[in-house]
Amino acid sequence: MSWVNAVIQGILIGGLYALFACGLSLLFGVMNVINLAHGDLAVVAAYLALGAVAITHIPAVWAFLIVVPIFAVVGYVIQRTLFQAALNRSVLTTLLVTFGLSVVIENGLQQFLTANSHSIGIGSLVSDSLTIGSISIAYLDLAILVVAVVVLVGLQYFLSGTRSGRLIRAVADDREAAQIAGVNYRHVFGVAAGIAFGTVALAGIAFGMFSQFDPTIGTDQLLLFAFEAVVIGGLGSLWGTLGGGILLGVAQQIGANISPADQVLAGQVLFLLILVVRPQGITGRGRGVAA
Amino acid sequence: MTGPAPGPLLEVRGLSVYHGQLQALREVSLEVPAGTVHAMIGANGAGKSTLLRTIAGLHRPAAGQILLDGTDLTGLRPEQRVAAGVVLVPEGRRLFPTLTVEENLLVGTTSARPGPWSVQAVYELFDWMGGRRDQRAAQLSGGEQQAVAIGRALVANPKVLLLDELSLGLAPVVVRRIYALLPRLLEAGMTVLLVEQDVSQALAVASLVHCLLEGRITLEGEPGTLTPVQIESAYFGANRRGANGAGRTGNGGSNGNGGTLAAGAPPATGATP
Repeated sequence: MSWVNAVIQGILIGGLYALFACGLSLLFGVMNVINLAHGDLAVVAAYLALGAVAITHIPAVWAFLIVVPIFAVVGYVIQRTLFQAALNRSVLTTLLVTFGLSVVIENGLQQFLTANSHSIGIGSLVSDSLTIGSISIAYLDLAILVVAVVVLVGLQYFLSGTRSGRLIRAVADDREAAQIAGVNYRHVFGVAAGIAFGTVALAGIAFGMFSQFDPTIGTDQLLLFAFEAVVIGGLGSLWGTLGGGILLGVAQQIGANISPADQVLAGQVLFLLILVVRPQGITGRGRGVAA
Repeated sequence: MTGPAPGPLLEVRGLSVYHGQLQALREVSLEVPAGTVHAMIGANGAGKSTLLRTIAGLHRPAAGQILLDGTDLTGLRPEQRVAAGVVLVPEGRRLFPTLTVEENLLVGTTSARPGPWSVQAVYELFDWMGGRRDQRAAQLSGGEQQAVAIGRALVANPKVLLLDELSLGLAPVVVRRIYALLPRLLEAGMTVLLVEQDVSQALAVASLVHCLLEGRITLEGEPGTLTPVQIESAYFGANRRGANGAGRTGNGGSNGNGGTLAAGAPPATGATP
């Protein structure tokens, strides 16, 4: 029964990984930007949620209503300024710029908010669970998985069913062709980045409720897991991202079931196996945004 | 809506463009009156595509101006030029492969001006297209993709349509069918500047032909008044005498430094070399 439990817990945590990964996947799929500050941005979102709760005294579960819109706007602005300036030079420059941003964020957080770890308090919700037989499913974990699925389905619908989504896919296909078709690709990039930042904020807040966080956890853990979920799932597919997150989560839980020390290792082994056996990922078409 | 323009609809003044160290266009000037078809011919690397791409805003010129109805477009981005009325059908079609036919056309409406063309009008122009609107562009044949690429440009209701190498990679019968559309576009009030390696095709449809050689215009004239010898000389830069006819030859005669290339061979009529 412990194996079944491991798989179920893995699926649940996989939702969180998928939520982390979809913003990373979107930024890379649309504008070829590998955002090395992705994990740190999630941590910033978690801190911002703490601050929002402290100031407004709203219940912590509603903090995302404040933080996600702020992050979406910040994402648009950063894309139109910093990232676009880097893109105008070369794709390689974006790596340096996002790496620099990551360092600045981490050190800024340590400087001004100390290296102490925090958690977004949600009272008894963090430990409440429903029990089926000998398996217990935490409400919080279930809620995060549901949120992840809703976000991915919503994103899928947005990309395939709306005018803005169509423009994002067009720009991802062929930026220059989009320009001569009358599309301001810089604005479209900004919109895509706004969405990506919104999802990373959601993921950061979910993580902050789920676990302790500190200024360095963004690069130490979150970025790595998000990358692994994207690569396992296959770039350019939102369903792949969900599948990749879940596979990573299941592998980690199975590893942990063998020995607690093997949790992260099992995830890395799966990641490396996928790279060797199926480098385009389980659903990968290679390039482009999901349609 | 501007009133009847006294000058040409599209004017290019002293345009120079560099690709890195290489100068692709050397002070090219051009006037395209409203309602005409202008054809640019010339060998590979003569600068034809660069000229169209610069007019569309994809290359930044080192010098020179591009004017539409007397308004300077030179500083505008490509999408702003679409809104002003200059739309390019690029070489190699450049559709969005993962988007459907209809989505490709809808993207073309992003900066559209008001006018007679709509997605529906394009479906009427190409009667097969409506039935396949939900197919991905990547699944279409070359000729069908070219039709969608033209449709994507038409829905923006351009004043000036720039057509880059429509015939590239297409069967002659398909090329003829696509060029047969030109009169209908002119009827609808459009002005066309096209680039074509297929010289006979260009001569057949154009009201005025320009020949580019190494970034310079070496010949300009109405197709009926140009002799094959003149065209050959302008096309290859062969330094021949007697190349002064009804058309105005530029500096093609004196510019013989590239003329060793296939001098004496007939100009590429019929197929691309």
